[in-house]
Amino acid sequence: MEIMNLLTSLIAIMILTLSALGFAFTPLSFLLTTVLPYVAFATFLAGFTYRILSWARVPVPFRITTTCGQQASLPWIKNSPLESPSNVWGVIGRMALEVFLFRSLFRNTDVVIVGQRPVYGSAKWLWFFGLLFHWSLLTIVLRHLRFFIEPIAPWINGLSAIDGFFEIGVPTLYLSDVAVLTGLTFLFLRRVVAPQIRYISLFADYFALLLLLGIVTTGLLMRHFFPADLLHVKNLALGWVTFAPALPKEAGPVFYIHLCFVFTLMAWFPFSKLMHMGGIFLSPTRNLANDNRMKRHLNPWNAPVKVHTYEEYEDEFREKMKLAGLPLEKE
Amino acid sequence: MASAKTPKPDELIAIRYAPPETPWMETPTVFRPGTWSYSGTAKSLTTLGLPNPRAWQPSDEDWKLPENWQEIILEGFRERLEKHRSFRLFMDICVRCGACADKCHFYIGTGDPKNMPVLRAELLRSVYRRYFTESGKRFGKLAGARDLTIDVLKEWFYYFYQCTECRRCSVFCPYGIDQAEITMMGRELLNLVGCNINWVTEPAANCFRTGNHLGIQPGGVKDMLEFMAEDIEDRTGVKVDVPLNKKGADILFVTPSGDYFADPGTYTCMGYMMLFHEIGLNYTFSTYASEGGNFGLFTSHEMIKRLNAKIYAEAKRLGVKWILGGECGHMWRVLHQYMETMNGPADFLEEPVSPITGTRFENARSTKMVHIAEFTADLIRNGKLKLDPSRNDAYRVTFHDSCNPARAMGLFEEPRYIIQHACNHFHEMAEDTIREKTLCCGGGAGLGNDENMEMRMRGGMPRAMAVKQVKEKHGVNRLACICAIDRATLTSLMDYWVPGVTVTGVHELLANALIMKGEKERTTDLRGEPLEGKAADETL
Repeated sequence: MEIMNLLTSLIAIMILTLSALGFAFTPLSFLLTTVLPYVAFATFLAGFTYRILSWARVPVPFRITTTCGQQASLPWIKNSPLESPSNVWGVIGRMALEVFLFRSLFRNTDVVIVGQRPVYGSAKWLWFFGLLFHWSLLTIVLRHLRFFIEPIAPWINGLSAIDGFFEIGVPTLYLSDVAVLTGLTFLFLRRVVAPQIRYISLFADYFALLLLLGIVTTGLLMRHFFPADLLHVKNLALGWVTFAPALPKEAGPVFYIHLCFVFTLMAWFPFSKLMHMGGIFLSPTRNLANDNRMKRHLNPWNAPVKVHTYEEYEDEFREKMKLAGLPLEKE
Repeated sequence: MASAKTPKPDELIAIRYAPPETPWMETPTVFRPGTWSYSGTAKSLTTLGLPNPRAWQPSDEDWKLPENWQEIILEGFRERLEKHRSFRLFMDICVRCGACADKCHFYIGTGDPKNMPVLRAELLRSVYRRYFTESGKRFGKLAGARDLTIDVLKEWFYYFYQCTECRRCSVFCPYGIDQAEITMMGRELLNLVGCNINWVTEPAANCFRTGNHLGIQPGGVKDMLEFMAEDIEDRTGVKVDVPLNKKGADILFVTPSGDYFADPGTYTCMGYMMLFHEIGLNYTFSTYASEGGNFGLFTSHEMIKRLNAKIYAEAKRLGVKWILGGECGHMWRVLHQYMETMNGPADFLEEPVSPITGTRFENARSTKMVHIAEFTADLIRNGKLKLDPSRNDAYRVTFHDSCNPARAMGLFEEPRYIIQHACNHFHEMAEDTIREKTLCCGGGAGLGNDENMEMRMRGGMPRAMAVKQVKEKHGVNRLACICAIDRATLTSLMDYWVPGVTVTGVHELLANALIMKGEKERTTDLRGEPLEGKAADETL
């Protein structure tokens, strides 16, 4: 089954590619540039919002912070405000570290049995390539805004300039493109090669990586090998944002595959594990302060329960308590 | 039923981390003797009013479930998804990156992939997808979904009672997914159809009725404490009081019953009594609230609340100012993270102030319950205790951070401060095995029973090996901890993996070092073992 999950996702990607080509070489291509962008974007927005709201409306009955550092207790004991935050500022700091730097993943270790004993080693690769992938993907998404904004905002040009700082090749090779490809390749190979990770991987795990790899690859192909008509692409994109979608002209099959992959990603995103992007902000073990004994946390469904009262207890054991000389409420 | 024979350490350490040939959904669960716990008895379930009391064992073919057990579980599932954001979120956002996989002591000790926290959670997630998500309903296995069958239920039982809710995985998870939370939900669901273990339900039932896990009645509590007072007099020449159910005390003291009923916890309890006597604390024990531990944590949220209610109720009845809690792990998870939410507000108590130092315990200002390590560290800091650490010179001490004080409180420095003032020889274990990365004793969350011995030794192996390392390097012979379950389970664990290391509470070490007013010259420690140097002197 493990290998089946990988094969199935490869097949799914191939079907997507073929449908994209089907769009490209038939009159249906107008769908891809006029209707589907809106369908995909609307699904993404609505789905994302729906998922966030469906989590947010569920109560957080208990404050179950995972503490990864010294609590704030006695004034002379140094606490860890970011690992065991005692107030909202600490929580913001902790969340920022999680979201921007993947703090928890940075702790990663591996374990091997050496000489009949488990030995823990540093294992920062997952953290490094994970971070590389996420940051470069963000950079790429932001760079793409140049297709949607006219005139192009200076910061976008600035970002592109920094990204292409080394001016390797014509057109310039973007560092983020190299980075995203490296990151994704690592994540994919790790999933395929490491037996434990392969064992737990589902179809969706491979599909997400292959889809992103497909998007990146087609993007790179268009930039460096089969140049797309940038003016045409920009007209298309501007058409979408001004609600006057243009009919496609000769944009080449690679462009269609690229678009088809992106729309699939957008539409699938809210219903997939990729929602960890929104979910991380709601995680109760991370976004709550370790101030449990300082402030009472309220549980909206805190219901009365059957307890065993002192009176019931004394009623049962009165004689024995008397015998033991213990004080009683009722003689 | 005779307990299974536990393999020798040499055999047990031969662990393979290669996953089985068959995919996990198709790998059957085998209830191998020595790796699971006996079922909860009908008597305990009846006392607690839990569903489906009956005679059965997990090794039976027929678990005697109610006819509509699937319906009950799925309805319970839905209810919990709507009551706990943690649960819903943790069902949805895992990306299966595997960072948690080799962080679990049960995975390290067994190599069984279903002990990877990610896969343990998938046991529930697969059912969640099948019944609560569109993709799972439509695409089934392709979407990682599967039907809730009797085999799935048995698998849940085996693996949710093979997790000690230690939260180590949650430290490493990039989204903070906490397997303890998932195990707690899994166990709640199992409890709905009467599938639980006796090592949890019997203590819980005892605690509900008699006030403590062991079912000791009021007179018994008194006898035990008085017996300890006699031992204290024998060792130190000082007669200490045993205040019980005393109205007008300033402080209610609550500690796990393991501290007054089982060695080596009793020495820790003697330590508390000596300390309170020495500083002249106006406190009381209670027979009604004679248990700090709360096996509700291993049953259901409702049960936590039912058992915990006694502590505030007793504080109110006795009219104390605030509550002090002894050395215990899961007890402190409940006191810190659940008690006031469930049974508060504690508006009938005062903000805790140490009557000896005047220190205001700001961090406990709302719950009004202070950890003994916080209390004692403050005493030492303010110079209120006279300590002679050389009395602990026979001991090379290391400290095991108990899971819950570590990862649910962040109580790291206070116990270390006490140890460093009470002992001259203190050596930390390897960095990856202490503080927030501490490894479990292997027997928490109700798994510390004898029939589960092989699994305990496997789960505790990573902790034991870290101790072994400091034993070889620094000659460590004492393992200190602040947890009653640890004091019981680590003892078996050390005997198995690291013979020669004994387990101690922190307040036992403190009391050994404590110079008391009017004491005789001490020739032995609290255990009656000769102090280093003294034995030699006597033979001269």
